[in-house]
This record gives sequence, C-alpha cells and structure tokens, in this order.
Amino acid sequence: MRLMTGIFAAALMAATSSFPAKAAGPELSDWAAVEKAATGQTVYFNAWGGSENINAYLEWVGAEMQSRYGVSVVQVKLEDTASAVAKVIAEKAAGKNDGGSVDLIWINGENFVSMKQQGLLLTPGWASSLPNWAYVDVENQPTILTDFTEPTEGLESPWGGAKMVFFHDSARTEAFAMPDNATALLDWAKKNPGRFSYPAPPDFTGSSFLKQVLSEVIGAPSKLAKPVSEETFNADVEPLFAYLDQLHPAAWRSGKTFPQNYSDMKQKLADGELEIIFAFNPSEASAGIKAGELPETVRSFTFSKGTLGNTHFVAIPYNANAKEGALVTANFLISPEAQLRKQDPTYWGDPTVLAMSKLPEPDRAAFKALDLGAATLAPDKLGPVIAEPHASWMERIEVEWRRRYASGN
Amino acid sequence: MTALLPRSAVALTLGLLVLPITFGLLGTLLPAFGYLPALGGHDLSLQPFRDLAATPGLPTAAVLSVATGLAATLISLGITLIFVASYAGTPTLSRLQHLLSPLLAVPHAAAAFGLAFLIAPSGFLIRLVAPLFGIDRPPDILIPHDPMGLTMIAGLVIKETPFLFLVTLAALPQVELSAARRLAASFGYGRIAGFVYLLWPSLYRQIRFAVYAVIAYSSSVVDVALILGPNLPGTLATRLVQWMNDPDLSVRFLASAGAVLQLGVTLAGLLFWFVLERLAAVLLRASRERGWRFVRDQFLRRVSILVVGLIGGAVFAGLAILAIWSLAGLWQFPDLLPQSFTLRSWMSALPRIGDPLVTTLVTGFASTLLAILLTIGCLEREIQTGRSASQKALLMLYLPLIVPQITFVFGLQLLFIGSGGGEYRLTALVLVHLVFVLPYVFLSLADPWRALDRRYEIIATALGRSRLSVLVSIRLPMLIRPILTALALGFAVSVGQYLPTLLIAEGRLSTITTEAVALASGNNRRVIGVYALLQTIVPFLAFALLALIPSALHRNRREMRV
Repeated sequence: MRLMTGIFAAALMAATSSFPAKAAGPELSDWAAVEKAATGQTVYFNAWGGSENINAYLEWVGAEMQSRYGVSVVQVKLEDTASAVAKVIAEKAAGKNDGGSVDLIWINGENFVSMKQQGLLLTPGWASSLPNWAYVDVENQPTILTDFTEPTEGLESPWGGAKMVFFHDSARTEAFAMPDNATALLDWAKKNPGRFSYPAPPDFTGSSFLKQVLSEVIGAPSKLAKPVSEETFNADVEPLFAYLDQLHPAAWRSGKTFPQNYSDMKQKLADGELEIIFAFNPSEASAGIKAGELPETVRSFTFSKGTLGNTHFVAIPYNANAKEGALVTANFLISPEAQLRKQDPTYWGDPTVLAMSKLPEPDRAAFKALDLGAATLAPDKLGPVIAEPHASWMERIEVEWRRRYASGN
Repeated sequence: MTALLPRSAVALTLGLLVLPITFGLLGTLLPAFGYLPALGGHDLSLQPFRDLAATPGLPTAAVLSVATGLAATLISLGITLIFVASYAGTPTLSRLQHLLSPLLAVPHAAAAFGLAFLIAPSGFLIRLVAPLFGIDRPPDILIPHDPMGLTMIAGLVIKETPFLFLVTLAALPQVELSAARRLAASFGYGRIAGFVYLLWPSLYRQIRFAVYAVIAYSSSVVDVALILGPNLPGTLATRLVQWMNDPDLSVRFLASAGAVLQLGVTLAGLLFWFVLERLAAVLLRASRERGWRFVRDQFLRRVSILVVGLIGGAVFAGLAILAIWSLAGLWQFPDLLPQSFTLRSWMSALPRIGDPLVTTLVTGFASTLLAILLTIGCLEREIQTGRSASQKALLMLYLPLIVPQITFVFGLQLLFIGSGGGEYRLTALVLVHLVFVLPYVFLSLADPWRALDRRYEIIATALGRSRLSVLVSIRLPMLIRPILTALALGFAVSVGQYLPTLLIAEGRLSTITTEAVALASGNNRRVIGVYALLQTIVPFLAFALLALIPSALHRNRREMRV
C-alpha cells in the first residue's frame, strides 16, 4: 500500500512540477500571420450542448471555418460551462501548461471572473485587436466591456446579447393581466397558485430571475455594482428572501421542487402547467413556435422599469493548444455574416453584439430584413436594461438560497 | 506457450480489475485529506472533511442515498424471489424470461426518461384518464422528484428486477429444483414456502454479490437520480457531480472528501444489508422449524406475475412514448397524440451522431473483445489447474461493480491527465470500459464454460490434438452461443457507461450515452426521445446481429441449431 502511495505521489509530483505558465501568445498585430498559423489547426470549442439549434449553428460555423481558413472547429458539448473551467483547472493542477484540451470556451459572468482571477485565460487581452472588433457595439452595450461588473480587458470576445423577457400563452391568459414588475408578478402568482415558478439556481435562467427580483427590491441598488459587503449582506438580501418566502407557497409544486431550466419551463408552458415563463433570449418564444414546441398563441412582455440584460462571450484558456485557430474563430463569430445568421430565428435568434451604424450598408439592410416572428418584441420594445450585479452577489445568493430552500430542513 | 497464455491472462485480469480501482481511490483519497500540490494542498489535513460537515443538507442527502438504494434493492430482490419461487420450472417463467431479458439492454437513463414521460402529471397515464375526469391542466402533484425518492426507487426497480431475475435464473440450474418441488409439495408446503425453505439459501449464496452490486449501484447512481430523484436536496452522488464541476477550484477538495463519504455511505448500506441478511436467516429458520407451510399463496403468486408484467410493460410503454415524442410536432396537454408528426428531431440529430456512434462502436467492441479473450484465458486456466474460482476471486470480479464508480473514476481522471496521455485517449477509454465490461462478460460466460461436458475434449486429446487445437476446434464452436451472448452483454454495458466516459474522454470523444445525457440537460422531450431511443437501439442491434451468427455458422449442423 505504501509503495502504491509512493508511486502515485511521484507521478503526481512529476506531472505538477513542470515549468510555470508562460504567456507567449500569438502576435495579433500581424493578422495574416495568425490566419496562416491557424491553418490546419483543430479548435475544441467548449460550449453548452443542450440546444439542438445552437449545436446546428456551431456546425455551420465549423463548416465555414474549414472552407475559409482550413481550421476545423469541434464543439465539445457541455452540460454546464463550469465543467470546461474545471477541466482547465485540472490541467493546471496536473502541470499541463501547453497543449490543453480546451481551445475556446463559451462563457460569461461567474465563470469568466473565476478564470480571470485564477489566471486561466490567454493574456494579454486580445479581443479588441480582432479585425471585426470594428463593428462591435461598445458604445450602446456597456455589458460588452464589463461582464457582471468585471472589466473584460479583452480577455473574452463578445458573441451575443441577452435580455430577460417573459412569455405567456394568449389563448389561456390575457395580455393586459400580465404583471409589470416583480411585485405585481408576486400578486399574480398568489392569485394563480401553482402557475408560476423559476428554475432552481445555479441554473442561469433561475439565477437571473433572483437577480432581477433583487435588483427591484433591494433598498440601495447601487450596492449591486460593488462586491458583497459581509456586514450588510444579510440585511441587503432580506427583501429578496422575504419575496421568495411569499412566492414559494403560491408557486408550482408549492416551491417544493423547481423546473430544471428554460426548456423545462417551455415544455410546461405548452402543457399548461405554467402560465408565465421567462427566458434570457427575446426570440426564444418565436423559436419555440417555429419548432412546434409552443403553440402559436404565445406572446412576449417585459417590465417597463427594465429587466436584466448581459452579454455572453468566448474566451481562450492560457494553455489552449490551438490559440491561433481560436482567435480566427472568435473573429469569425463577430463577423456581420455570422452574427446575422445567429440573430435569424430560423437558426438561433440570439441578439447581435454589433452596432448597426458601424456596418456596411448591405449588412445593415440584411439585419433589418430579418423576420423576428410575431412572438418576439421589436428591439425598441424590449425596455430598459438592468445591469448584472457584481459576480460575488450571485455566489452568495446561490449559497444562501441553497441553505434556505434546498437543505431539506 | 499454451500454458503460459492462460496464466498471464489471470494475472492481467486481476491487474485490470484491481489496479485502476486502487489508483483511482488513492487519487480521490489524497485530495480528500488536503493533498494536491497543484491546487496548493501540500499538507495532509482534515479541512476538506470539516468543510463537508459544514455543508447544509448533507445528512439528508446521505440518508436519502442509502435509503433509496436499500429500498430499491429490497423491492427488486423481493419481486424476483417471489416470482421465481412461484414459477421456477413452469412455462410461465421462460415466457417472462423472453420479456425481461431485453430489458437488460435498455440503458438506465432511457428507462428512467420513459418512466417519467409515463407517470408525470403531464404524462401519458394522466392524459389517458383526463377526459373521464375533465382534467384540462396537468394536476399540481410532486412527481417525479418527490422528496422521499419514491419515483427514483420505482425507476431503479424497473431496471434492477430484470437484472436480479436473470442472475437468479443463471444460478437456478445449480440447485435441485424439481426434486425440491416434489418434496415440498408432498409434505403439503405452499410453492413459495417450499422454494424459500429448500432452495433459496443456497441460491442466494450464489447471487449475493450481484445483490451487493445493486446496492452499490443504487446508492451512488447519478443519471437516474437526476432524472427521477429528489432535487432539493438531491442524493449525495448528484451533489458530488456538481462539486466536481464547480469552477471554484477549492471545491475539488470538498468533492474528494464527498467521494470518500459516498464510499462510506455505500459501505453503510452494505453493512445494513448484512444485518438484514442475518435477520432474514433467523426468521427463515424460525418459520421453517415451526413448520409453517403457507399453503394459500396463490394470491401472492398472481400478484408477483402482475408486478413483473407491470415492470416489463412500464419499460416498453416508456420506450413507446419516447418514440412518439421523438416524432412529435406540437403535442399539448391533454392530447393523447401529437397534433402533427414530424421527422425534424431525427433529421437534425442524425447528421450529428456519426462520430459518437463510431466511438461507441469502437470502444464497445474493443473492450468487449479484450474482455472475452481475458475471460477465456482465465477459464482455460481453471481447466488446466482444475480449480474453479474461489469466492475471493469472485469478489474481485464484482469489485468494480461494488465500489461506487464515482469514488474512483474521479481519481483516475487526475492520474490520466497527470500522465500526459492525451494521445492515447481512445486506448484509455477502452481500458476504463474494460474494467466495467469484464465482470459482466466473465459472469455470463463462466457457467456455460464450466458446464460443457469435458468428455468431448478428452476424446480429442486422446486422438492426439493439442490443448490449443482442442480449444479452437471443439470448445469454442460448441460454446459459440454463450460467447456471443457474453459479447452482446459486454457491448451493452460499454454503451451504457456514462461517468467513466465523461471523465476520461473529457468531451473530446463522445459516445451516444454522453451525448444523450448532455442533450437531456436541455430537457427537450423530442431530443430526449431521439437520443434515448438511439441509446437503446444500438445494444439491441448488437444483440440481434450476434443472435444471427450461430444459425449462420451452424447451417450444416442440425443438432447445434436451437
């Protein structure tokens, strides 16, 4: 037994004692050289794989990358982005500072902050040096430069926008009866017991709902832009949990269990189990109707005082094997062509991160011509954006939520 | 040469079973005690366990794991016992055997999804009765994910009963069934009581490792627990997977400590079972010595056949509902059938299953073939030495099934990355699958191998044939059918592997099963339908194809056809 321990420890030491991380990233000023170096590389793109239309979009990206740049892009389908982060951590733990298994990762918020703080990302910042960065809407979408109040510093490149939108089935419920803020939603839930719920955190749609409520009910919203203060945390979040304590008895299954995620809520809206659901992508309802998953009578609404919005990104780990390939892929993802297809509900329906004013005329016209579908609100009807709180809030709230509602007491 | 090969096969087999588990457990234990240099853990400490103890809801999760695991085992074994006791030696049994055998090839996740689609408040059963009661919305009932884990227990029972049933059937020829039946009947004992008094003790001794494997599996299962189990809080194993995927690196220590706790929880379950075994033995003796005959057991016999039929029916109906969902357009509650049918879900999935399918087939066949070769080597060695495997050797075989997967594959993953073996990923995957395939292949092939009449070989040897030539020209052809069955079973086991594939392949290689579970996280019933069916069809096809081979091979030998 001792011998075994010895062998194991030796193997672990040998693996971990190799040289520290080196930061010899590709030279971005010479883009042609980057493209040249990328040719023939294989980019392992770690992205949540739970949605068939997103997977299909990424397949199109793969085909385009192959034919245009000779880069093959392989989607590593994740259940949870955290597992890709965990993979990079495990590789760092094992001393694998080169030739890592993750080349590109679909990321934002807590996972980004976690990777940034642990030095797991390709440095120095590269996103603003991408040729297509010129089109990115940094002026009007503040969430592109600060991800959950954390400055992105070019360590991740924007890929799409997100905004919280609510859906109901107009065949079952009237549009005028829909609530216009979190408090009104609570009243509606009490009048319609068992017909509203939210996915249990850490599902990101569910966490977003908690943040939405917190942003509305917290005494001083400015606190959310800063890290959690230990002294006042309990008092700060008390209104949120008072809200949830009232909501749960009136919620679906009396708050004893929760939907798993957005897709689960979508199915429950179609079944009539839930009457109000919400998503972080305004075109989800139209996409659901098109796919035959939701009835054609589903419509969208938001809150007039604003709902949560953010941006999602792609990032490159420090030990990526195909750094150049990953850069060229990230650049392609923010090309007008790739973004247009991404916003088209036929394929995905995810809001673009590009500024219409910066695009060449034909591209702008193509974006204008997109048919977003009857269930999707026009961009000017989406209402104000409430910025994401600092990432530390979500971590603390998730722990607190779990302590209160998921510990079986 | 012919003597050396089998001997090295025995050594190799033992090594392949024991080493990965040992190293994997070490890779989990060291971080559990705070030792993982790369994450800043250089000293041994109890901090991870202190953190674990401070985790809210942990006792509930641990108790839930043991309780659901034991309950599922107890119910499955009870059903198996009463059914076999009632019908062993009758045509009913062999008829039901044909119904239940295919269930073994249905992956746990697919069976669990099927059950969920059947019994959920928006599921098919409620839709069936909805018009009678005027239900137009799914009732607000907490199924699945009920806090007591009853749905999860049901999900485990429908998969574990067929397993225990077939294991028991395999052991049945080794007891004197018809003599015991006659004896019990002539003294006026009921069918069930006579069977239990005379045959069950020795029968149970043969299947008990399989029972322990069911306890270990049920108390540490991840996929079934996620699909049907309680989630606030979930079972210990589901919490472990969350921690292993946590982006915060310090949680890795907690996860390792949790894995050690899982090992403890499973052991506690096994200990509790030992106590139950003793208790049952005492009760059995007492009841036998008092001469209780339990003559009126007809009702119980009828119930047992009903329950077994229900189990088979539930799995097959579940698969049928999965098939309908995979073809469904809009399908609202409480419609019995979709408003429209579409091939869209299949069309969008099919182009994407090529690579995972190839990986599944290559890994499955490679690991199964290796397992068959090693098994034949070991069994050949038995014949050479004249000693059959001891209980200790049998325990070794069951070790990968009794030590919870989650507690050692996590450590193996760390070791695999540490060794820089990225280029050998497929090899590593095959080897890890082999650990789990080998026991099933061995157990399935061992009895027919030992049962073959040795006089055929003695004659061949007397005619001057070498040992190898006897093996190739006499034994293997005569045993082709059980060999192919073992092959099909091993393949099905490999196809069903989720956690080892996920951790060792790291998403670089995906199989139908990892694909299915990843897509299930999207919770789209149509996509779940497609992948759960694919996951079921692949091993079924293997079974069907392999069943065709013997009749093709034995075209010219009438007596070998069955």
